[in-house]
Amino acid sequence: MVAQTRPMDPLLDRARQVVDTVPDPELPMLSIGELGMVRSVQWSETGRLRVALTPTYSGCPATEWIRDRVTEALTEHGFTDLEVWFDRSEAWTTDWIRPEGLEKLRASGISPPRPSLTVVGTSQRSVERIVECPLCASSDTERLAEHGSTPCKALYRCKTCLEPFDHFKCH
Amino acid sequence: MAQADSKFVLRLADDHLILGQRLAEWCGHAPTLEEELSHANIGLDLLGQARNLFAYASQLLGGTDEDRLAFLRLEHEYKNVLLVEFPNEDFGYSVIRQLFFSAFMHPYWQALTSSADAELRAIAGQAVKEAAYHVRHSREWTLRLGDGTEESRQRVQTAVDDLWSFTGELFEVDDLYRQMMEAQVAPDPVSIAPTWRETVVATLEEATLQVPTETWMQTGGRVGRHTEALGHLLTELQYMQRAYPDMAW
Repeated sequence: MVAQTRPMDPLLDRARQVVDTVPDPELPMLSIGELGMVRSVQWSETGRLRVALTPTYSGCPATEWIRDRVTEALTEHGFTDLEVWFDRSEAWTTDWIRPEGLEKLRASGISPPRPSLTVVGTSQRSVERIVECPLCASSDTERLAEHGSTPCKALYRCKTCLEPFDHFKCH
Repeated sequence: MAQADSKFVLRLADDHLILGQRLAEWCGHAPTLEEELSHANIGLDLLGQARNLFAYASQLLGGTDEDRLAFLRLEHEYKNVLLVEFPNEDFGYSVIRQLFFSAFMHPYWQALTSSADAELRAIAGQAVKEAAYHVRHSREWTLRLGDGTEESRQRVQTAVDDLWSFTGELFEVDDLYRQMMEAQVAPDPVSIAPTWRETVVATLEEATLQVPTETWMQTGGRVGRHTEALGHLLTELQYMQRAYPDMAW
């Protein structure tokens, strides 16, 4: 007999899948699961479905929108007694983006964040960091602006193929 | 586990709300599009941090609506430091105001990540990463303007001189703050001062700017005694909630 770490619960698995595949509004090619925003999907003691999400940035304007989409998606799949809450106990980091999420960012022309091996420094003039061009893979790139089209991105330019591109900042 | 006093949380929330509003005023007016985006984005970070703090303060107050706290208090009920309400003036003032504030907030959030208050720890965990960017951005612009043309150097030096006396408030300790320190909810500002000074002095010196020697400091924000600038800011900030009470997006 195989020891099971948790009892089979197809309904819960279904709920997890529904939550996992809700698209991010600002990066619609990524789901919130791939972005690493879903902390847990569990039954409460009273049988309510509890979904814990971690927002990416303090001021992310999409936070409430995502909560509403998750609620909507679950309701459509027949989950009615549910609660979506924000778990901020551990701060979200770009390290939580799944490998397939990083690949999807690259494929859509956004240079993905690199593992945050070091804390973002504040003392240097600018933090030296190799950012690869998502189009031609050259690492000869330069930063044009600290902020890009959304708070999570910075604007870069490739000095090899000369194309500008967004870089998802390490966080 | 110790819990923060709502009055302490509101001070921090007000600092971030008011500065976030100031930065948003650059929308449509910044020198370049990239800087407009940067100021709006930094403002958004601050607004997000303020929102988390307001939500927590309202919870501590037994469920007061966070929008009422943010938008419907009177001028003297806001307890932000005077530095953050200082008008934008020119781009140099905004950069220096941000440098002075973020150079303080970065180590301050860092210290709050080990606060005895769990909610403040959580808010700080995210905010500290955002504040690191704000220091970097304002530092880079201080260098560019200070070590730039004669005109830019002179203007940014004026900003440094004018804003210097507004930095003392960041380190003020009163009875309420002392209680927060004793409960290990808030760090001793004395422990933040060396990091702040190091960042600010190193940046100003590298930017070929004079570090002011003035030791007299402004005070009043923490007890609700503000400059005339706050009232004007609030008329804009509060307009929608006052014109359409309880409106929601």
